[in-house]
Amino acid sequence: MHPTVSHPDPSQQVISDGIADRHDRERRLATSDRGLRAHPRRDFAPYRSTLLRHPTHELVRTDPEDIELVSPAFGHTDVAPEEADLTIQHAGEPLGERIIITGRVLDGDGRPVRNQLVEIWQANASGRYVHKRDQHPAPLDPNFTGVGRIVTGDDGSYRLTTIKPGAYPWKNHRNAWRPAHIHFSFFGSAFTQRLVTQMYFPGDPLFALDPIYQSIVDPAARERLVAGYDHEVSEPEWAIGYRWDVVLTGPRSTWMEPEDADHV
Amino acid sequence: MSEQHRPLGQTPSQTVGPFFGYALPYPGGPEVRAPWQPDAVRVHGTVLDGAGEPIPDAIVEIWGADAAGLASTERGSLDRDQHAFTGFGRAAVDRDGHYSFTTIKPGAMRDGSAPYLLVTVFARGVLHHLFTRAYFGDEPEANAADPLLTRIDPDRRGTLVAEPDAASSYRFDVRLQGEGETVFLDYGTER
Repeated sequence: MHPTVSHPDPSQQVISDGIADRHDRERRLATSDRGLRAHPRRDFAPYRSTLLRHPTHELVRTDPEDIELVSPAFGHTDVAPEEADLTIQHAGEPLGERIIITGRVLDGDGRPVRNQLVEIWQANASGRYVHKRDQHPAPLDPNFTGVGRIVTGDDGSYRLTTIKPGAYPWKNHRNAWRPAHIHFSFFGSAFTQRLVTQMYFPGDPLFALDPIYQSIVDPAARERLVAGYDHEVSEPEWAIGYRWDVVLTGPRSTWMEPEDADHV
Repeated sequence: MSEQHRPLGQTPSQTVGPFFGYALPYPGGPEVRAPWQPDAVRVHGTVLDGAGEPIPDAIVEIWGADAAGLASTERGSLDRDQHAFTGFGRAAVDRDGHYSFTTIKPGAMRDGSAPYLLVTVFARGVLHHLFTRAYFGDEPEANAADPLLTRIDPDRRGTLVAEPDAASSYRFDVRLQGEGETVFLDYGTER
């Protein structure tokens, strides 16, 4: 019931039981008018690195001031167009399944988040990051770094070309594997909409076992992190296509354009 | 137009993980103001966990107004030109959990409120980033009247204040948990 914190090597069963217990508890605490929240709980013990890294005091509710209601201005001077294609950064083609990921960044009312920075980083097709602390004995790919950036268009859209990353092992517990994912960083039109998250691929058998993915208790919210296969995005003789829309809710700038400027 | 009345669901957060070091930091990221500029100030500190140990895999962002208290609309946060002030900076911590920015001391944004930097902390083991504010210890009068600071328990208020530790330098440690835990802020974006 209460695994010892210092246990060096809990089993998947211990972690899975911890996930189930926490999901049960959160569901009981949720009420009809205050349902499950979208974001993970920071004190999600099955992801053991949270233990000493979550605040124990309640966060202080604060009204955003001017600076928090806007975001830094990013533009095409900041990001080169070729940064959106992770397969052309080296002399040769990277190994793996070439994919296109496209979608729109929207606010909670469906308005596009325009001209804002999207950053991604990921493992290669073998599940290995270029990061020097990644000890996974899988091959590096000399033709793949796994870092990309793009600035959203006027309709909030982004489009990236990359390689499908592999799953990789980590040391949270014995035989722990992360589902294949791509890390994404977003800026909203207000800084309070800032979001760093991970995009997953449909049907991954590791979903149920992964305490990071399962730290989101609401199943509908979890599924928002899973891109959908989209045959309209796939390109013949070239790449498999995925669509992933992202929603950044929260306070908006008080000097947004009038509503009728947008066509949602 | 009916979509306007049906709010879309928030995309959930996930941890930044341990392997952002070759992706998120960028040259000039911590230099919101070039260090040689006469109005440059240093804002630095250590990110600590609940055992008081430095966190070696955190990344910190600051976002602040200019000296007049206005948000910059200048581009170029990722590609600094040494002159434009964009207000945004990003610094990964070093192996001792220490980060360091150079920026300018912002002006107050509203009458009756004190100047501050918005500070955002990401780390492995942090499933959803944490917002806090760094006010300035050499603004005692403004701080004593600030609408947020005055609402905070006096025992914890100091965690929101960057204290001068040298000429043109302020220290702002971030404690994620435990004794001296930093006050973190909820802008209505916790759901």
